[in-house]
Amino acid sequence: ELNYIHWKLQAGKCGLCSSVKACLSACGMACQGLQKGETLASLKRECDNLKKKLEEERGKLNDVELHQVAEKTEVLGALSVKTRRVLKGHGNKVLCMDWCKDRRRLVSSSQDGKVIVWDAFTLNKEHGITLPCTWVMACAYAPSGCAVACGGLDNKCSVVPLSLDKTENLAAKKKSVAMHTNYVSGCTFTNSDMQLLTCSGDGTCALWDVESGQLLQSFHGHTADVLSLDLAPSETGNTFVSGGCDKKANVWDMRSGQNIQSFESHESDINCVKYYPSGDAFASASDDATCRFYDLRADREVAVYQKDSIIFGASTVDFSLSGRLLFAGYNDYTINAWDVLKGTRVSVLFGHENRISRVRVSPDGTALCSASWDNTLRIWA
Amino acid sequence: MMAEAPQQQQQQQQQEKQEEDEQQQQQQQQQEEEQEEQPPPSPAEATEPNEGSEEPKESVQTPPTRPLLSMRSMSSVDPDDDSPNMIVYRKIEDIVTRIQDETEGVPIRTVKSFMTKIPSVVTGADIVQWLMKNLSIEDPAEAMHIGSLIAAQGYFFPISDHVLSLKDDGTFYRFQAPYFWPSNCWEPENTDYAIYLCKRTMQNKTRLELADYEAENLARLQRAFARKWEFIYMQAEAQVKIDRKKDKTERKILDSQERAFWDVHRPVPGCVNTTEMDIRKCRRMKNPHRVKKSVYGLAEEGTQSQSPIHTPSHHCRKGTKEDVEKEILFLNTQLDRHCMKMSKVAESLITYTEQYMEYDPFVTAPEPSNPWTSDDPSFWDLEASKEPSQQRVKKWGFSLEEALKDPAGQELFLKFLESEFSSENLRFWLAVQDLKRMPQQEVAQRAQDIWTEFLAEGAPSSINLDSHSYERTSQNLKDPGRYSYEDAQDHIYKLMKSDSYTRFLRSNVYQDLLMARKKPETEQGRRTSLEKFTRSVGKSLTGKRLTGLMQSS
Repeated sequence: ELNYIHWKLQAGKCGLCSSVKACLSACGMACQGLQKGETLASLKRECDNLKKKLEEERGKLNDVELHQVAEKTEVLGALSVKTRRVLKGHGNKVLCMDWCKDRRRLVSSSQDGKVIVWDAFTLNKEHGITLPCTWVMACAYAPSGCAVACGGLDNKCSVVPLSLDKTENLAAKKKSVAMHTNYVSGCTFTNSDMQLLTCSGDGTCALWDVESGQLLQSFHGHTADVLSLDLAPSETGNTFVSGGCDKKANVWDMRSGQNIQSFESHESDINCVKYYPSGDAFASASDDATCRFYDLRADREVAVYQKDSIIFGASTVDFSLSGRLLFAGYNDYTINAWDVLKGTRVSVLFGHENRISRVRVSPDGTALCSASWDNTLRIWA
Repeated sequence: MMAEAPQQQQQQQQQEKQEEDEQQQQQQQQQEEEQEEQPPPSPAEATEPNEGSEEPKESVQTPPTRPLLSMRSMSSVDPDDDSPNMIVYRKIEDIVTRIQDETEGVPIRTVKSFMTKIPSVVTGADIVQWLMKNLSIEDPAEAMHIGSLIAAQGYFFPISDHVLSLKDDGTFYRFQAPYFWPSNCWEPENTDYAIYLCKRTMQNKTRLELADYEAENLARLQRAFARKWEFIYMQAEAQVKIDRKKDKTERKILDSQERAFWDVHRPVPGCVNTTEMDIRKCRRMKNPHRVKKSVYGLAEEGTQSQSPIHTPSHHCRKGTKEDVEKEILFLNTQLDRHCMKMSKVAESLITYTEQYMEYDPFVTAPEPSNPWTSDDPSFWDLEASKEPSQQRVKKWGFSLEEALKDPAGQELFLKFLESEFSSENLRFWLAVQDLKRMPQQEVAQRAQDIWTEFLAEGAPSSINLDSHSYERTSQNLKDPGRYSYEDAQDHIYKLMKSDSYTRFLRSNVYQDLLMARKKPETEQGRRTSLEKFTRSVGKSLTGKRLTGLMQSS
């Protein structure tokens, strides 16, 4: 895994390509020969200098703020969003949910070990799965609609095929796919039912082959629990972003396992990361009570969404279909809708009676689903 | 990945010293100020007079001119503690400090009521007003909401209700003593709660009567602690004795603060228990040495009944030489990266968003209606229909990606390519997408199949790759994997995008669909059925003619 380590074999020379200065070797990795006898202190100094230099360079490109350019954009009309459905049935905190591609079904998981598949439109509970562990923090719907993945305190992520036979005990068909050494905080299928991407309290993310349970790629770089991940929306892309307790948001190449970009501007844990629909940017929610917007091309934070009156942590975010609105769920039981471009708050959604654990816009953008510690889910439109 | 032990110890010692300093400062402050801040209830065992009784028993009739409360927060949060809960507590404690400030805060006074005096209270309306002004809140409902949350966390409370919420009216509220603040890492045990409920029953005051749920709790605790109930009873008696020594007004205030403390840690059934924690954050939540377990000073008995989640943090492993070297590498790569100017980025984001806003149901109402608001799923039926709406067809023109994302778009594009005899490009691209979705076991075979079909000598659907990509790909095929065709796929995609796709958008098949006027259902239905009729008549006529011909010949 430590592809970087090749270069330090020889003093003063890169072990991969034998060059003595910064270069891009044939394998596409930057490398740099290091002098023998570099101490930890001098290395740290070099590191700090590079960070400063990077900040300087990035700063040069910061010729204007997003919200300034967005002044010419028309102001959004008032949002008339209300609760349209309340999904009751969980016996404890709802920790996660995910929409099915069919735009009306969804899967939710709870602290009491139950995973429920709903037709949110009719409020019908279609499947119920009881897992042997509590705190099922992650769940995802397979693209085909024929299975769900779930995991949490059991350090695993399992895939459960959904049967048409309602009497069948689905938990019996559960198949363990991912194995971490700490809780599983998030999971998502990639473009098919065949691969699963997970993130964990053990500080890593991992890509798994569902059929065999084989670990296809692991992603190391976070220095603390990883709490969230999101796959880039592009059909042609192979990247994803993750965020965690080290306050960093990292962008990864799924093919090589490399960390491509890293963003660190939050003052506390990043609880959630979500891509902007074009894939060129992403948003994050943090315990520092702010949500932030990062652009990959500018390689920097481009907006902060915060207010004096919002003092509780933000736990979850998602964009509306066009990316104009950012819905954020907070530990103060509310959902705030932000104007992504102008940086202002458009609306506050009250209704839940405890923390919001997850918000997700439906695949066609017609509704927002929120999951809460008050044991319910709500559909807003 | 574990933090070195000696460092941790040092940190703890530092924290404890800081704590001591802060406590000393707090005590000094308390002695300078009047009333509100109560000294901690004394440990049950001690027979010597507690610190409280040494304090001047100031009457709290009216707030005399007292020294300005320093704007320094009374917060007891260790400034270096950046765990999520502490961050919130610090913010709340800053607010609570400011709100009690003599000049900038709310009016806290003694209210004369009926036959008694109610010391040290403020109305809910005053709190709401203050929050609106000082936290820039426009809507009173919002101020009530955040105020209720602050109350639920345990920083102020209604004097006549167990339910901790803020009302925008004349209801009286009192501020909690810093001793009881959540940032002190309280985890009071059930024995403490038992002592508390027990002593409440000993005091003959109507205002201290147990609520129903409290009586139930007491009964349950009596059963659970049956064997040590004598001890609990004695502790309760001792507490009552100590309490009796205190000044009546002081007693009122302290009683209410104590009750509010228990309302947080043993909330009314149905109320949110704000002490519940996110299990993912528990590991590093509290320094076990800082956790306070007993209000009444009971020593920890026997083995610590700590929940298994309080394990020492493994977080943020120190930067080893290797880590720093890796970071240097990473930073160098970042420096080499070509980045876009913010002005360009902003334009791009705005353009994208504005382009899609008409498709965003939260911005533009979908037609005929949003199924969730109207309970009518027609919108979904239309989207699923074989005949895409004009709006949908328009989207295919935004980007090749958008066209391929929509199955109908993909189909049309494929048809167009077939008409140009270049469909092998798209079919190759689709095949590689499929390859990436396969189970690991099938990948190698599939990769070979793709080579045979599209790239091998004399392949039936031969695609045009530049020699470099071709070389690369054939190298990759020596060890076939799901990413073997990345280069090739990228090349072909760019080709389609710049070449075929642009022609597609100008093509008749696309333009016809795009320009098709949206006719109301009935008219369209009539037209098609008329068309069908004329066609069928035409056919039968032709048929007759043909048969006629054949018969004649």
